[in-house]
Amino acid sequence: MTTYSLNINNQNIVVDVDPDTPMLWVLRDSLDMVGTKFGCGAGACGACTVHINGAAVRSCQLPVSAVGEANITTIEGLAYDATKLHPVQEAWLAHDVAQCGYCQPGQMMSAAALLSQNPNPSDADIDAFMQGNICRCGTYTRIREAIKTAAKA
Amino acid sequence: MEILKTSFGRRSFLKASAAGGGLALSFNLATAPNALAADAKSAPSEWFELNAVLSIQPSGAIQVRVQNPEFGQGLMTTFPMIAAEELEANWEDVTSVTAPYDQSRYKMQLSGGSWSTSMNYPGLRMAGATALHMLKTAAANAWNVPVEDVNAANSVLSHSGGKTATYGEMAAAAAILPVPEKVALKDKKDFSIIGTSRKNLTGSQVVKGDSLFGIDVREKDMLRAVVVHAPAFGLTVDSFDAESVKRMPGIHDVFTIKMYPDDLVRGFSDVAAFREVIAIVGDHTWQLMKAKKALKVNWKVEDSYSFTSSDFFGNQNKVTVPKGLEDTATHNAIMAAMVETGEMETKRKDGDPMAAFANAAKVVEHTYHAPFLAHNTLEPMNFYADVKEDSAMLIGPHQGPMLIHNTVAAHIGLPAEKIDFKMTRMGGGFGRRLYPHWATEVSLISQRVKRPVHLIYTREDDMTVGVYRPSYTIKMRAALDANNKIIGYHVRSAGTPEACSFPNRFPAGAIDNYLWEESPNVSNITVGAFRAPNSNFMASAEQSFLDELAEAMGADPIQMRLDLLKRAQENPVGTDNDYDAVRYASVLELARDKSDWNNRGDKNMGVAAYFCHNSYCCNIVDIDMKNGLPVINSVTSALDCGQVVNYEGAINMAQGGIVDGVGISMFGEMTFVEGQPQHKNLDTYRMVRINESPRAIDVHFVKNEHGPTGLGEPPMPPTPPALANAMYKATGHRFRNQPFITDLETLKS
Repeated sequence: MTTYSLNINNQNIVVDVDPDTPMLWVLRDSLDMVGTKFGCGAGACGACTVHINGAAVRSCQLPVSAVGEANITTIEGLAYDATKLHPVQEAWLAHDVAQCGYCQPGQMMSAAALLSQNPNPSDADIDAFMQGNICRCGTYTRIREAIKTAAKA
Repeated sequence: MEILKTSFGRRSFLKASAAGGGLALSFNLATAPNALAADAKSAPSEWFELNAVLSIQPSGAIQVRVQNPEFGQGLMTTFPMIAAEELEANWEDVTSVTAPYDQSRYKMQLSGGSWSTSMNYPGLRMAGATALHMLKTAAANAWNVPVEDVNAANSVLSHSGGKTATYGEMAAAAAILPVPEKVALKDKKDFSIIGTSRKNLTGSQVVKGDSLFGIDVREKDMLRAVVVHAPAFGLTVDSFDAESVKRMPGIHDVFTIKMYPDDLVRGFSDVAAFREVIAIVGDHTWQLMKAKKALKVNWKVEDSYSFTSSDFFGNQNKVTVPKGLEDTATHNAIMAAMVETGEMETKRKDGDPMAAFANAAKVVEHTYHAPFLAHNTLEPMNFYADVKEDSAMLIGPHQGPMLIHNTVAAHIGLPAEKIDFKMTRMGGGFGRRLYPHWATEVSLISQRVKRPVHLIYTREDDMTVGVYRPSYTIKMRAALDANNKIIGYHVRSAGTPEACSFPNRFPAGAIDNYLWEESPNVSNITVGAFRAPNSNFMASAEQSFLDELAEAMGADPIQMRLDLLKRAQENPVGTDNDYDAVRYASVLELARDKSDWNNRGDKNMGVAAYFCHNSYCCNIVDIDMKNGLPVINSVTSALDCGQVVNYEGAINMAQGGIVDGVGISMFGEMTFVEGQPQHKNLDTYRMVRINESPRAIDVHFVKNEHGPTGLGEPPMPPTPPALANAMYKATGHRFRNQPFITDLETLKS
């Protein structure tokens, strides 16, 4: 076990874990931050997507030892504050995107990362960026629409 | 009357209730409510429980307890809408929580078969109406006026004399009144909530990433566990090296557990291919995953064995599981031979089908095939158990506690009533969580280590442990006379390990000479319900074949179906036809009109319609081919599911079902070599992704006077054949084998 000092959602958090532990399990098991989801453990479904310095990263593929001082944002830290959601979250509500909801934290983290680098994405841009995120319930048409709504916010 | 105080908020209310607080006012949704003696003095101040479904706070907040588990079908919003309609509630006051598991108060706390809404519609309306009557009576008593003169709207009670009171103000007095023996339900024309669109009541929790799912359960002193099952169907544990793994960091114990007791009559849900698995118990999921990889196990071929099984209706039969390591190639060869020449059981015979085929001017016959499918719910199987000497608490995602309650009791040796369940939201179900062998496994693990334990499956475990959609081969034949009239129809249905068995579905009833035969190919690979069980492929075989038949007849595919339905309506063959020809035709006509089918010109449009789960659906798919793959421009879906409760939720559900249909037929496939699943994770098991999903899905509902029927399943089955028929138009190739991607890749090269 090794001690790491992490910047998660603008807070400094110290954890004591094996160096090869993926950030996903640091969040879920060590910190009980369960909004980031386990789907495949292979970087193939996107359910565990977090932001590392603003970029979408699959946390199941990111060992804690590689994080350093990077800023980690999880779904729990996506909202601007306790009263103001991120435009992506607002758009997800406006379009009632979710069915079971399990993949949606990862979908929203990917969508927010997309919009931060491409504020007005086309359908093709959305498809290209979002294809790493599986929605087993098949809410894709709503995800596309919600991203376009969030882009206008 | 005893009413629960929830001074610690909603969660403690649920806990207290689930612990069996002896609630006096019983509301059995399947029967009339009971009125019981009550004592106003015992009433606490916070939540006033009017029945098993509804509680109201003095503030006016209305809480609806949703008795079936949620997995994305929207019950946490739909059920409150139904109760709130009859309650004349202000929708802004309404919240919902998952009800405790309590078979004495709720019937059939099980989500599956697309039946939750239809089954609970009358009871939820009664819950709202009786609660309203109690509120009105409380106001009438307070104001000393006849109850008939009390009006209610938007959570406010009023009297023409000028008196008004909120529901919150009358909740305490109402909660101790007797439940009326009879209540009037609203006229459908007066509905103001049912049949509108309401936002998902749990939407905000979902977008914030709140702890909602079974995998998010975190309880005090909880250990974690993983299991290791044999890498191939037909193998079992021989020996393993527990000691080296026990020395790894964070690992507490390694041992085997055995499923099921020898004398257990297995229930509908007791499906587990691997009767002995190795459990690893420890602190941290990642440490457990490393231990799992490090564990050295010797496997051996398991002998054939038998057990007694009881089906959903209680009919017992003996099941023999064959020995051996099976291959997909062998399964396919066996099923191909079966549909050609194998001995089959006749399930329906009308007229003289053999004579019709002998006298035919033309015979059209084609064979359709589909592989096994893994459900791949995005939340992997997991469950929590705390088994003590005299009681047990189980928490997790499953489609219904009743499915596993008795099995867990038999395994851990406790009376069933000492075992309590909590239902969490599920990260998808699709039928997979009807078979909660993992709940039994974690109970055994907890009992052994004497600690609360959360068992989690890796994706690889989830995908390779079984309970798949069966694999099918179906031969379809039709006899045409010289005028291209269908004079005979013949289905030969094979499946591993079970065949599609729908002898009384369309076009049965529309053709004079009809024969349905079927046969299963036994296997040790386990299967279970998969969204629209068996319908999910029968629709493909039937509706693709009808498209080929229409072409052979020189008929329009929709008009040809409508002509058959007209025959079934006016002069049906036989009496067991399980569909309503008029309702069936109505979805074909609605989809035809909404898609502008008759003016489709050169567009690559394909149509299919199907009836299952008491609902009718017609999908019309419009595609273009690009780089050898279909781009789905639009899907026009027409549905008759009776009364729609939440329009926006229903549209979302239908869209999801259609995307699922595209996904499973384009890409879904599980194959086996020497018993080993050939896909183990989502990197090679291909699921539909956003770039492959339809650009637009337009959903239309037939308006009629029927109550709600199924919606979670019916939109899916007609999607694959509509897509196949559209791809035929675009490519000239008939897509008879799923997944379609195999043929598409061949066509490309």
